[in-house]
Amino acid sequence: MAEGITNLLGLRELEPGSIVEILDTARTFREVLERPIKKVPTLQGTTVVNLFFESSTRTRISFELAERRLSADVVNFTTSASSVSKGETLKDTARNIEAMKTDVVVIRHSSTGAPHFLSRLLKSPVINAGDGINEHPTQGLLDMFTMREKFGDLKGLHVCIVGDIAHSRVARSNIFGLSKLGAHVAVCGPKTLIPAHIDQLGVKIFYDIDEAIKWADILNVLRIQLEREAGGDFPSIREYRLYWGVNRHRLEKSGKSIVIMHPGPINRGVELDADIADGDASLILEQVTNGVAIRMAVLYLTGVKPS
Amino acid sequence: MKILLRNARIIDPIANIDGLSDIFIVDGYIQEMGMSLGGNPVNYEINLNGKLVVPGLFDMHTHLREPGFEYKEDIASGIGAAANGGFTAIAAMPNTDPVVDSADVVKYVLDRAKQSGLVNVYQIAAITEGRKGERLSEMRDLVEAGAVAFSDDGSAVMSSHIMRLALEYSSMLGTTIIQHCEDHNLTKYGSANESAQTIRYGLKTQHPLAEELVLSRDIKMLKAFGGKYHATHLSTAESVAEVRRAKKEGLPITCDVTPHHLFLDDTILSSYDSDYKVNPPLRTSEDRAALIEGLKDGTIDAIASDHAPHALHEKEVEFDAAPFGMIGLETTVGAVMTKLYNERVLGLFDMVRLLSIAPRRILGIPLPSLTRGAKAEISIIDPEMEWKVDVDRFKSKSRNTGFKGWKFKGAPVGTINGEKFYFSERLV
Repeated sequence: MAEGITNLLGLRELEPGSIVEILDTARTFREVLERPIKKVPTLQGTTVVNLFFESSTRTRISFELAERRLSADVVNFTTSASSVSKGETLKDTARNIEAMKTDVVVIRHSSTGAPHFLSRLLKSPVINAGDGINEHPTQGLLDMFTMREKFGDLKGLHVCIVGDIAHSRVARSNIFGLSKLGAHVAVCGPKTLIPAHIDQLGVKIFYDIDEAIKWADILNVLRIQLEREAGGDFPSIREYRLYWGVNRHRLEKSGKSIVIMHPGPINRGVELDADIADGDASLILEQVTNGVAIRMAVLYLTGVKPS
Repeated sequence: MKILLRNARIIDPIANIDGLSDIFIVDGYIQEMGMSLGGNPVNYEINLNGKLVVPGLFDMHTHLREPGFEYKEDIASGIGAAANGGFTAIAAMPNTDPVVDSADVVKYVLDRAKQSGLVNVYQIAAITEGRKGERLSEMRDLVEAGAVAFSDDGSAVMSSHIMRLALEYSSMLGTTIIQHCEDHNLTKYGSANESAQTIRYGLKTQHPLAEELVLSRDIKMLKAFGGKYHATHLSTAESVAEVRRAKKEGLPITCDVTPHHLFLDDTILSSYDSDYKVNPPLRTSEDRAALIEGLKDGTIDAIASDHAPHALHEKEVEFDAAPFGMIGLETTVGAVMTKLYNERVLGLFDMVRLLSIAPRRILGIPLPSLTRGAKAEISIIDPEMEWKVDVDRFKSKSRNTGFKGWKFKGAPVGTINGEKFYFSERLV
């Protein structure tokens, strides 16, 4: 068991060796998922709390499946951060639940740094299931795992993340993780959705999707949050679809084969056309399956108590 | 009450004095100065062994939180913190509840402060009613009641029209407008500096231009409409350059900086500790260097703490939910002595100018004098004492400092303000 992985707060904080360890461990669990009986006793007697202060369907289900397949006991706490702010503080909620003798905390929260804050208050390992606009490390890891399964090695791979980079924790975890394992990372989208100084993270920037396609082996296409249009961060969904939407025409024009990924949920016909999402080049459902394996690996590495 | 301070190193830049002397204080007045005073029975005799005695220090930017937020700080605890931090006088910002936008509230604060008397408390009143930026407060009445300046601190006066009115109306009164420079349209919900460092941390950010835009608009307005203008808690290199240019043009502009903007930078946000969440946000190390340059060449007139107390339960939350601000009354002198004096960036005359003389001149308050016959208003500083910031020893009700655990060289050890005095445990 890893000595080094006590929490999973973000891929920014993780050593490359720890990332590799998680990816390698996930491969074992990925095999478990192919068995007729997909359950192992690894976390028997361990109680995992899923603290979701932000609505989420797939991440929560993925974590819960991972926990159950490791035979952990699972407790779900789901609420919106706004309703909590009227009452109990995050500190009290987390410490009260921990006082009931739970063992691992998975947290999703709309505020950046909420998992880091909890990790200072709790004795339990804390796993970040998405914090504000900062990181979504298990998504980053499952994306990397999926790419590694497909290409064998991440080193030298060209990955372009397309969409709302400024508000995407998926983008940031991808950037930190992929860069640490030697991939080349680019981002593509309208300038107003790409944060200033992003070049400091060692990424290349494209404002033109066709150039990005030419450059990339993989497009990791992000969901365009429809409320961003209302906020005026870009002119319109129509304009976004016209100039950054990934569709058959664009991919064929490039004359090369390229792998398509998406963290979901997809706005079909906006950032990604349906036929591409469901096509041969798409790894989207692979990502979803791998997500369970990655979360099993993370829970295993952080949650198994030294005996 | 008779107090004899022996072997004080008097630092008085106005009189150009840096030398050893005894000081004999009787009933709040300096009765005698000179070497080897003695003969009279006294209540307290303290050999300072060369510790500094300076004209009482003045923090021109504090939040005392009373009325309205007494759980964070109140006038009495703020005064205690000020004295423990080496200050004999402070100015309080008006963002209380109710806002200090009427003569009654000014009188309330000043009356409460007088009950202590240990520290002279001056009140800065709101520029606009309720600090809403829409209508001028009753400025003349506020000055009559004792307000020494105007500020909507916490918010900028965003409307250029209201700013014009404020400058014109206050110029008639000879009172300074203190601006919290922030273009709120640009900062939106950002709580960290937008920089090449903070891109790593995934926080909502605000661009430094938000400060600079309001500052440069105000400089143009000052030129056009007159008035006296002070920019508080400046934080960026470009802001310092703006003020430098405006001063060269001879405009009546002054400014201050906080110790946290001088000595902390935005890389510290990697921990997401909300004690470092301040407004304006901590900037880059380049900005810090420019602020220090501004102190050295006189562009920056004063150092002020922006003492902003918040209760533990308010700060012990996720970063986005935490209020802005850190306390500073009890760390300012230590930080400044350590990082500016003991690291030989500035001399003692500079320090006294920044922390005692300039704030009073900006607010139009008479300077304390270290001469025979004057009312005693002095701060005593041990320039060599090494100490560690321990939040549990603060006199403030709050603990939210970014300097927790810091090791300082140079400590405030006491104050005398007329008949009231405070000798810290560090002195005796």
